[in-house]
This record gives sequence, C-alpha cells and structure tokens, in this order.
Amino acid sequence: MFPFRARAGAPASLRPPARASLAARFALPAAAALGLLAAACSSSAKSAQLPPANPPVPPAALTTAQPPTPRPGELAAATPSGPAVTIDNFNFTPATITVPVGATVTWVNHDDVPHTVTSSTKAFDSSTIDSDKQFSFTFTTAGTYNYFCSIHPFMTAKVIVQ
Amino acid sequence: MDEFDERSIDDPLARGGHGHERLDAEAERDDDGVDRRGFLKCMAWAGTGLVWTVSAGVLSSCTLGGSSKNNSGSVKGDFTFAQVSDSHIGFNKAPNMDVTGTLQKSIDKVNALATRPAFVLHTGDLSHLSTPQQFDTVDQILKGAKSDSGQVFYTPGEHDTFVDNGKTFMDHFGKGTQGNGWQSADYKGVHIVGLVNTWNVKGGGFGVLGQEQIDWLKQDLAGVNSTTPLLVFAHVPLWSIYPQWGWGTDDAEQALSMMKRFSSVTVLNGHIHQVLEKQEGNITFHTAASTAYPQPAPGQTQGPGPLVVVTDQLQSSLGVREVVFSQKKNALVVIDQRLG
Repeated sequence: MFPFRARAGAPASLRPPARASLAARFALPAAAALGLLAAACSSSAKSAQLPPANPPVPPAALTTAQPPTPRPGELAAATPSGPAVTIDNFNFTPATITVPVGATVTWVNHDDVPHTVTSSTKAFDSSTIDSDKQFSFTFTTAGTYNYFCSIHPFMTAKVIVQ
Repeated sequence: MDEFDERSIDDPLARGGHGHERLDAEAERDDDGVDRRGFLKCMAWAGTGLVWTVSAGVLSSCTLGGSSKNNSGSVKGDFTFAQVSDSHIGFNKAPNMDVTGTLQKSIDKVNALATRPAFVLHTGDLSHLSTPQQFDTVDQILKGAKSDSGQVFYTPGEHDTFVDNGKTFMDHFGKGTQGNGWQSADYKGVHIVGLVNTWNVKGGGFGVLGQEQIDWLKQDLAGVNSTTPLLVFAHVPLWSIYPQWGWGTDDAEQALSMMKRFSSVTVLNGHIHQVLEKQEGNITFHTAASTAYPQPAPGQTQGPGPLVVVTDQLQSSLGVREVVFSQKKNALVVIDQRLG
C-alpha cells in the first residue's frame, strides 16, 4: 500500500451530465496538433473531403519503415526451405497452413516490432521473435493448432497437421 | 481562446452510453472517405495542448496555444501529478533510435512543470522486451523525477509481461501491489486505482482484467464514497477504440459498471501512443502519447506499428501529461504537452 492518507470530507458532487456539451473537444488549434491528425485525415481523404477549419500540418514523410539492414555480423533472416509463415504488417501469412505430420514450420518476422507465435493450448510458444528473426517448430502430432501473437493478440492463425 | 462550434447531441461521437458501438461502426465507414463524421473522428485523434475543465458536469476547454510552457498555473488545484507512458526502452528503430533519450527528456519536462507533481504515473510498456536492463533504465530515469512523494505508480503493458508472464516486471515494480500488480491508494481526497489488463491475453482478444482482479476491485470500491473522485489507470484502453487492433479490454464493462455511481471518474490509459478522449456519463477516458514513438490512428495503416515520422516531427508526436486535481471542481483536469 502507499503512504498516502485520505483527506476527510468531499465537496458537492457533480451530477452526471444530462446533456454534455462536447463542443470544444473537437476543435483543433492551428499550431497545437501532435502531428497525427493530418496523417489520419489526408491518407483516407477522397474527393468528398470536407475542408478542415484549421488546415492540418501533414507529416512530410508518412512512410512504411525502410527494409531493415542487418547489423554488422548478423545475417538477415534466411528464406526457410520448408513450410513457412511470414509475419508482415501484423498478419500471419498464410493464416492457415496445412502440413504433414513431422513437418517443421518456420515463422519469419518482417515487422519492425517483435511478435510471438503462441499456441492457444500451450503446445508451443516462441517467446520473442524480434524483427528479422525466425522461429521453427516441428509438428509430430496431427491436429489443428490455433495460435496467436501474445503481444498483439488480435493476430490469430492456425496450423493444420494431417 | 479559439471559437468552437457547438456540436449537437446528434453528433455520434458526442453521445455517451452507446459510444462503443458507434466508434466501431465509424471505423467501418472509413471507406466512404472523410465525411463529416470521419472528420470529427480525425479531430478526436489529435493530441493538443488543451486544458479540459469540468464544470457542473459539462466539458469545456481552452487552448494552451501549443506553447511548451506549462500553463497549469491558471488552474488552481490541490495537487498535480504527471503521467508518462509507453517508453519502450529497448526499441531502436525508425522513427526513434534513442528512446532512452526521449524518456529522459520527458522527465526533464515533468521536472520543469511550474507545480511540482505529487507523484508520477507510468501507464505501461516501460520496456520493449521485458529485460531486467530495460526495467532498470526506466527505474533510474523515473527516479530522477522530482515529486512531493517520490512515488512512481506503474502498470505493466503487454511488452512488459509477454516474455515471462510479468515475472521480471513484478520483481522490479510489484512491491506494494496485489495479485498481478493491481493496487489502490488514497491521496488528498482522490481514490486511485491501478489496474492490470495485459496478463492472460487470449488469441483474438484484447486487454483483459480477469475475475480475480474484478472481485478485488468490487471490494476495494465498496468502501469509497460516491462523491470521492476516482482516478483509474491501466495500460490498454478500458473502452473499445478499435477492436481490429486489440485496442480495448474484453471485460472492462464489469469494472466500469462499478464506477458509474461515482460523481467523477477519470481513466488514464496508454498503449495506443496517441491522445484520445471520450466521455461516457461521469467517466472520462484519456489515452496518452508515448515518450518513444507515435502510432497511427485506427485503420490508418495495416497495423498498429510505429508511425514513421520525419525527425523534426518526432518530438511533437511524443508527450507527457500533467493532471491537476481541483477540489473546488471535485474533478481532475488533464493537460497534455508535446515533447517539442
């Protein structure tokens, strides 16, 4: 517990708003944006765009990251020879891979953030697969293996072993 | 002060209660281009130097004019505290090859505030890969923050727990917490609750609180008067911002329903590396900027990875937050500041 003491007494309560005026929430002062607004608006703008009241300042380079350069002494991830799943843009590709019993599947992480390959039934867990690194697992038993990334659990896929 | 347009109650983003469904529906209508609703959504994503004040339950704001100077002197409060988030020590790719430097700069900014904060809050993803060295670095830098109490509250992010189920995080920062790191405290009339929602995540899911923590929360809040302002923090947002990227907490509704009786609830989250606000009745949610790198707005790119901005825009895409407690208003006022 923390060495904080409660202060006695509380002032009058605020009533929950019957009708909240949220006008100011959406105003955008000219010079104060954190720089994300313009990216969100401009990248999805089509011909019907409503001109903003205060023109957003677009980030000059909204790009995907450059292909990673291997650090000295480190090889870029080799292309796996057997069945492979790539991790790109927070997707496992292919989302479903079918392999024979005894096959070794290799996952390669092409993203700039680490991922994991974690079985929903704890059959396997890669722990951290950093950018450009790989993880391999040999499937000795037939079945359907659902797995996900434990850092980004919205990423799901499966291996079918038959 | 800027002029603001009144938004009618029909504005889909202005209504509470159904905000979850509406925000999800909004995301799916992006294909129609930037229409009025899309534009409003865009505006909500921008973090700016805005001071939110609550008066008689109605939100209003005035701008800080984008100045990097602290203006909280205009808002009198009994105490302030600082929030930093998503420092990702260990990350070293575009757009930030020096996340340690930007975290240090963030603490320097906290130390430059006109009012010394009572404590500091870190809303998770302290580290990038949960290593002891990364946690040590965060610990050392945050210990350099000058606060009345010298206390730093931590809640882990998924980067802090995924490697060893949070063991190293708890070794460093678990003292005084319960279960998997949840905690509560009282400070000058404010009840503070730290929740943990990055444990036991399941495939296809989002953040999760878990029954044990929900049970703990119920008994913790039972003894708290409804007029006591509630400050709640957790890493993953407690409202559903963008399910496609896991930006939400599966079982948050159970926790939030326990908070509805309180007159003032402020929820501070991290995880998404951008400032968003939402109000639902008496509960106001704020996500925070990262001290390491920005992330795209929901659906802007294929995935929630680092948003690669040019170097001279990096500082302005990072930020810290000052929160002022005003006993007169019985509410917390949030002031976001960019790093540069």
